[in-house]
Amino acid sequence: MSFKKIWERIVDSKYFSFGVTIVLFGILYAIGILNFKGFSKSQVFFNLFIDNAALIIATVGITFVLLIGGIDISIGSVVALTCMVSAQLMENTKLDAGIVTILVLIMGLAFGFIQGFLITKFNMQPFIVTLAGQFFARGLTCVISTDTINITNETYNAIASARIYLLPKGFISAGVLIAILTLIISTIVLRYTKFGRNIYALGGNEQSALLMGLPTGKTKIAAYTVCGFCSSLAGVVYSLIMLSGYPLHAVGMEMDAISSSVIGGTLLSGGVAFLPGTLFGVLIQGVIQTFITFNGRLSAWWTRIVIASLLCLFIVMQSLITKNRKRINSNN
Amino acid sequence: MTTLKKITSHHLFLPIFALFLLLLFNAFFTPGFFMIKFQNGQLYGRVIDILNRSSILIVLSLGMTLVIGTGGIDISQGSVIAISGAICCYLIGGSGSGEANVPMFIACIAAIAACAILGAWNGFLVSKLKIQPMVATLILLTAGRGIAMLITKGQNITVYYKPFTYIGNTIPGNILPTTIFIATAMIILLVITLKKTSIGMFVQSVGINSTASHYTGIKVNKIIFMVYVFSGICAGIAGLMESSMIAAADPNNAGLNMELDAILSVALGGTLLSGGKFYLGGSVIGAITIQTMTTTLYAVGVSSEQLPVYKAIVVIFICLLQSESFKALFSRIPENLKKSKLTEDKKVVMKV
Repeated sequence: MSFKKIWERIVDSKYFSFGVTIVLFGILYAIGILNFKGFSKSQVFFNLFIDNAALIIATVGITFVLLIGGIDISIGSVVALTCMVSAQLMENTKLDAGIVTILVLIMGLAFGFIQGFLITKFNMQPFIVTLAGQFFARGLTCVISTDTINITNETYNAIASARIYLLPKGFISAGVLIAILTLIISTIVLRYTKFGRNIYALGGNEQSALLMGLPTGKTKIAAYTVCGFCSSLAGVVYSLIMLSGYPLHAVGMEMDAISSSVIGGTLLSGGVAFLPGTLFGVLIQGVIQTFITFNGRLSAWWTRIVIASLLCLFIVMQSLITKNRKRINSNN
Repeated sequence: MTTLKKITSHHLFLPIFALFLLLLFNAFFTPGFFMIKFQNGQLYGRVIDILNRSSILIVLSLGMTLVIGTGGIDISQGSVIAISGAICCYLIGGSGSGEANVPMFIACIAAIAACAILGAWNGFLVSKLKIQPMVATLILLTAGRGIAMLITKGQNITVYYKPFTYIGNTIPGNILPTTIFIATAMIILLVITLKKTSIGMFVQSVGINSTASHYTGIKVNKIIFMVYVFSGICAGIAGLMESSMIAAADPNNAGLNMELDAILSVALGGTLLSGGKFYLGGSVIGAITIQTMTTTLYAVGVSSEQLPVYKAIVVIFICLLQSESFKALFSRIPENLKKSKLTEDKKVVMKV
């Protein structure tokens, strides 16, 4: 077997994208350790998770939708709406924190369901429907309040400031636990349940999935519902970090989530994704932000530019992979 | 009955009807809506204001119409607007003496040329690398404001050079804002180009079926590439108008969410977002309708933050009206059943 063939095999492998992401993360982290004092501390690594817990959950949610070849750009607004509703309910109605959380989660579920229903039943473009969802959620946040509402609920504050020590000097927050749990459960669901396999089948080829007798409509709606739920869960975690509701929370989070997912190996044409990979997609964004914080002289907009160029790199890589696969298939 | 149906099924019916409703509402509930004053040699009034503001949207939606016509989408327009304003203001410079560092004409050309290059980048990704349009333009959407920030070094540049404000406002001696002339000129130029050459037909055929177009000998890649370049140029011109209106470059807020408004105007104008047949006239009227809606809502007392809620409802409503399955739901009324079934079948056949 020639070298070229082996290379083609490697590129064709399911985990090639995942491998590239991990190697990239490793390189970035190594550069950080070499350049900055204190980068090697365990807490720096844990902070990556603490700062990006909400983004991890949002990325899991969008991966479900990207898998079926759809898109959801309402995530950031739903996060903001969740924060605002939680803050409003806790501060002005004195409802219990647990009940409030359950209510906002149901709200997210319903939001996702309605979007999925419109997209599936009326054959509307996912982009437009979720665009309307984005407008709606962000506008509704402003209708509730245009000012910041601080969350002073004691239980909520206690949960927010809880530190869970994994190492003698390294701790994570409650939000990270939720994020990791979401990631693990979703990975299992996607891999080992009927629903998960339906999603992969649907993303691979909707026509064949339909002809095989899979419930394509229901699966589609379910995927958007999962995404809506994840958005509101991300909102809960986000509000644990921010402890407030504010109309401009999480602006553009959907784009961060999409780019993390893509960097983590999700094919935007649907059908291919590996959730642990998307985790590293988020972590890469986190590392770049940490770079900028450690450096202290670079401006925050560099994050955006670097992310965009990484995004570009991965998208181009994906298109080359797809071309490669087609060539192999035609050779066979 | 048939004439009524003919009228209601015309592609311009929906945007004109919506505009008419809005104007009717304003005639009754907004005092002085149609009043136009003549002051200091200029026309003032809400209607003029709407035309002035919607000119930016019209220019944007012209580019967007062609992009959507090929079955694509360009969500980077807002960021390109910010870049265009940043480049132009940077070149003219923010010196307090009111002089330009670089002649304004060259600065404007440079800004538009840069935007054309950005459009070419989008076009390259979509046509050569075969990346989905939304994702390809997502890259520029993410990076665009960062690039604009780099150009202005993170600050808003205020321009004191007087002639620069003429683009977005009125040239002394004219009675109407310059933006209206620019938009009209763009429309006329585009319509003439599309009517006199076969580009318009090519764009449509690419949007309907790109593979078939390829086999008929149309250079599909070239058409798609050109359409994105044009969209970039449109965004560049819109960026000049936008930054000239406030005589400053604002990398954070210039053209924010403008691309969504442009998509909305195109959809309202009757162009299907899946590509194919496109209606420039519809998009223009759609843009004016959206601006009228915005102004009306402001006049009623809705704050700018709450505006999106209403926009969202309008978007969903328009898309529902365009949706085939929604139409089918309503045409199940017994007497229309056979007729609509027939037309449905015809449509399906045409699509296939």
